[in-house]
Amino acid sequence: MAQRIDVKDLNIYYGDFMAVQGVSMTIEPKSVTAFIGPSGCGKSTFLRTLNRMHEVIPGAHVEGSVELEGVDLYGPEVDPVAVRRTVGMVFQRPNPFPTMSIRENVLAGVKLNNKKISKTDADDLVERSLRGANLWNEVKDRLDRPGSGLSGGQQQRLCIARAIAVRPQVLLMDEPCSALDPISTLAIEDLIQELKKDYTIVIVTHNMQQAARVSDRTAFFNIAGTGKPGRLIEMNDTATIFSAPSEKATEDYVSGRFG
Amino acid sequence: MSAVTVGTSDETEQIRSLLTSGDKGRKRTDRIMTMLVYGAFGLAMLPLVSLLWTVVVNGASKFNPYFLSVTMRGVFGGMDAGGAYHAIIGTLVITLCASVLSVPIGLLTAVYLVEYGRGPLARAVTFFVDVMTGIPSIVAGLFAFALFTIFLGPGAKLGIIAAVALSVLMIPVVVRSCEEMLKLVPNELREASYALGVPKWLTIIKIVLRTSVAGLTTGILLAVARVIGETAPILITAGTTDSLNFNPFDDRMMSLPVYIYRQYAQGVATCRDGQLDCIPDINYMRAWAAALTLVLIVMLLNLAGRLVTRWFSPKLR
Repeated sequence: MAQRIDVKDLNIYYGDFMAVQGVSMTIEPKSVTAFIGPSGCGKSTFLRTLNRMHEVIPGAHVEGSVELEGVDLYGPEVDPVAVRRTVGMVFQRPNPFPTMSIRENVLAGVKLNNKKISKTDADDLVERSLRGANLWNEVKDRLDRPGSGLSGGQQQRLCIARAIAVRPQVLLMDEPCSALDPISTLAIEDLIQELKKDYTIVIVTHNMQQAARVSDRTAFFNIAGTGKPGRLIEMNDTATIFSAPSEKATEDYVSGRFG
Repeated sequence: MSAVTVGTSDETEQIRSLLTSGDKGRKRTDRIMTMLVYGAFGLAMLPLVSLLWTVVVNGASKFNPYFLSVTMRGVFGGMDAGGAYHAIIGTLVITLCASVLSVPIGLLTAVYLVEYGRGPLARAVTFFVDVMTGIPSIVAGLFAFALFTIFLGPGAKLGIIAAVALSVLMIPVVVRSCEEMLKLVPNELREASYALGVPKWLTIIKIVLRTSVAGLTTGILLAVARVIGETAPILITAGTTDSLNFNPFDDRMMSLPVYIYRQYAQGVATCRDGQLDCIPDINYMRAWAAALTLVLIVMLLNLAGRLVTRWFSPKLR
């Protein structure tokens, strides 16, 4: 199920502007990798290149390679749509489809692609995905209600259920808890621990305690100044990053001396 | 008591006077502006209410099932007969044809501008849409007339020519309003759909158009309402007739605005002495009744639009 990602010498551009420069890293399967760093350092931009969501923005492009189990996602024969089915994504703000019920939201990945699915298979998929996102017990009696009627935390878990319903190999999370209260955050963090049994998870967070709590490995990104590209400063086991980082900038950041 | 009292009584007094002494000038300005806003609203409502009232009062005398179900065939002079059935059918057929022509073109142009359009081509399209918005309706009529003269020779008068003339007027309105509605769809929904591995064209159809369908309907209905009352372009392209015609591809076609104009232009009918069923101002009465019919059709369209909006708009609970 879960697969490893190798990134080699990746430069990321918005038009002519280089946003992230020279990132090389390995993301291990069935583990949680956290990206930390100050705002604007390119964490989210880098995350979006891992499922080719970056190029949705006009003018955005990359140099270098992102390999999923040895296959370059940016190879000429690779279909970006297929990449996004393999590498799912959860966004910063919960974004359930407002015209759909909870059930339809979970099935969105199937239904929007015009795939036929039998009623029993659909029921099964809805229950499995919602259970996977720890939301089943809260919504099982109101599956036909609009998804936008749920609380923020429930909506975010609905979005996670929607993402895992297409059975991706990798799940990218872009600050999934930044719009949520502490209890919902806890629910999502617990969920991440569950999900890592089956998926490779990459999470961007501004919350260093969160990175320390949920991740196995942590990557620290930094930016030299406004207008300069962001860089990967250091990547290591989370415990090492937070206790004995090899770079001064990392130590300053995780100990709260800047950023 | 004294333990919870903060500051001396002197300071408390100061704070109290600071908090209670409202700014007199600000309150006065507030009152004046409120009055102005209500006054402007009343003034804007006045002509509208007066117009509706006049149409209803004047149109009611001849507005009845008989008027709605007969044509003007064999009606002459001051005869107390005749109706607008052929004009109602003509208006509906011509407007329907115009909508069939312009809604797909307008909607697809709007989709292009919002979802695909970049660079000089999109700017050119936007520019020409803006220019088209300002085309006088009679010019659109002449354009359609000239266009069909090429194919059918001079003097051809058909419902479809009027529909083409109306769609020239309708397309820019549809593009503009649909463009605004599509822009309102949050980008996050598009991204959410892409992230599920949904291709762009399916995202547009199933997320963007589906989410904005209520607004699109309203925009299209506004465009319909904009052209349904056009007179001049229909007069020179579909002509006038007293008989019923369902076929926009054959022969002349009457429409309600042209009907109103014709009835009004005929003026007071001359009645011979002793003619019993002769009403001198029957033509004006018919014109008003047709005006009422037209207003009711537009209202019904709006009502239908409201229903569509209610059915399709995103629900919260």
